[in-house]
Amino acid sequence: MGSQLKVYKSRIKSVSATKKITKAMEMIAASRIVKAQRKVAASEPYAKELTRAVSAVAQGSGVQHWLTTETERPTRAAVLLITSDRGLAGGYNSNAIKAAEQLTNRLIGEGKEVVNHIVGSKGAAYYGFRDRPVERSWTGFTDEPSYADAKAVAEPLIEAIKAETAAQGGVDELHIVYTEFVSMMTQTAIESRMLPLTFEKSAEESAEVLKSALKNGPEVLPLYDFEPSPEEVLDALLPRYVESRVYNALLQAAASKHAATRRAMKAATDNADDLIKSLTRLANAARQADITQEISEIVGGAGALADANAGSE
Amino acid sequence: MAELHVELVAADRKVWSGQASLVVARTSSGDIGVMPGHQPLLGVLDSGPVTIRTTGESGDGTVVAAVHGGFISFSENELSILAEIAELTDEIDVERAERALERAKEDADAHAERRADVRLRSVTAAR
Repeated sequence: MGSQLKVYKSRIKSVSATKKITKAMEMIAASRIVKAQRKVAASEPYAKELTRAVSAVAQGSGVQHWLTTETERPTRAAVLLITSDRGLAGGYNSNAIKAAEQLTNRLIGEGKEVVNHIVGSKGAAYYGFRDRPVERSWTGFTDEPSYADAKAVAEPLIEAIKAETAAQGGVDELHIVYTEFVSMMTQTAIESRMLPLTFEKSAEESAEVLKSALKNGPEVLPLYDFEPSPEEVLDALLPRYVESRVYNALLQAAASKHAATRRAMKAATDNADDLIKSLTRLANAARQADITQEISEIVGGAGALADANAGSE
Repeated sequence: MAELHVELVAADRKVWSGQASLVVARTSSGDIGVMPGHQPLLGVLDSGPVTIRTTGESGDGTVVAAVHGGFISFSENELSILAEIAELTDEIDVERAERALERAKEDADAHAERRADVRLRSVTAAR
């Protein structure tokens, strides 16, 4: 019977060890969220100013540009999916992948061919396992993306949208799927069209810019002097805009990933606590049963001895 | 005296912001100076030093930053300089930049050479 108690004791020990690990991971993730959030905040002035400049040129100059005009019959669309390299983050990756799947189905329904670009090994593994064609994938920087990483991701996308024909790998649209960091508790997988420029569904700031532009009418926007020319400014501006949007998405996805990890690890720690509590109860009961049995054995033994002695006399 | 508000932002941080009376930057078609009341402007910047004559709350003085590509936009007395990489001259390690310049010359790395050169020129301009 003592063996039962031993089994419980060893299970409690192993659950406590696991709890220590999950607790440590929870705390690491919590500290990383703060860092990631700070990076998101630090990148905001640039993104905001850039969005303002882009909308100023797009609306104020009246030039036709390949980055702002919609193709009459779009046939190919690039989708950039941002996932993480590591798991242990609850539904974080599967939610992002699900959002990408929905978008892909919608685009195919509209008669467009979808070209996949993937960030993070989780997403790459999902597509690889299903033998889906992936144009490019990047791994290794999802926890702490730098601007150089965003540049590397954005470059082939910009190339693809610049290319004229499908044979050269050209695409007509550019979509991005990532997990938006709404708050510590809420992160939602969202998809938005980056190019051709749409202001209504892009980043909040650009939505604000458009709203104010619509309210005041486009003529209120100052008539800019372009140096050297509107076309050249747009040529230089819009790639930077794509890079900054990708950078922002990467940062938000990183912050979301850490928040999801923290939540998953907190749930794991809580579960371990519950498990330890119920195992301790069972161990106590087993110990008590052992003691009771021992006493009853002694009492029974003593009784038998007394009976034997009484018989011999 | 009229002044304009300047925001100098890099991709991952805000580098400098404050009041200024004159900003000189290098666009792809030549140096351009912006003073308060300038016509709204949007230009592509070349790599080079950006000189900001500070005034008002920021105190009278000169701030020079090494800017590696980017944009200048000005409207309603708000001037913003957007750059992928921007450093104030105080942040530049001259010795390191000199070493980088020599190394870049040896390796014939035009990009690195240009970066180091812009840094050094900015520091010289600030003196």
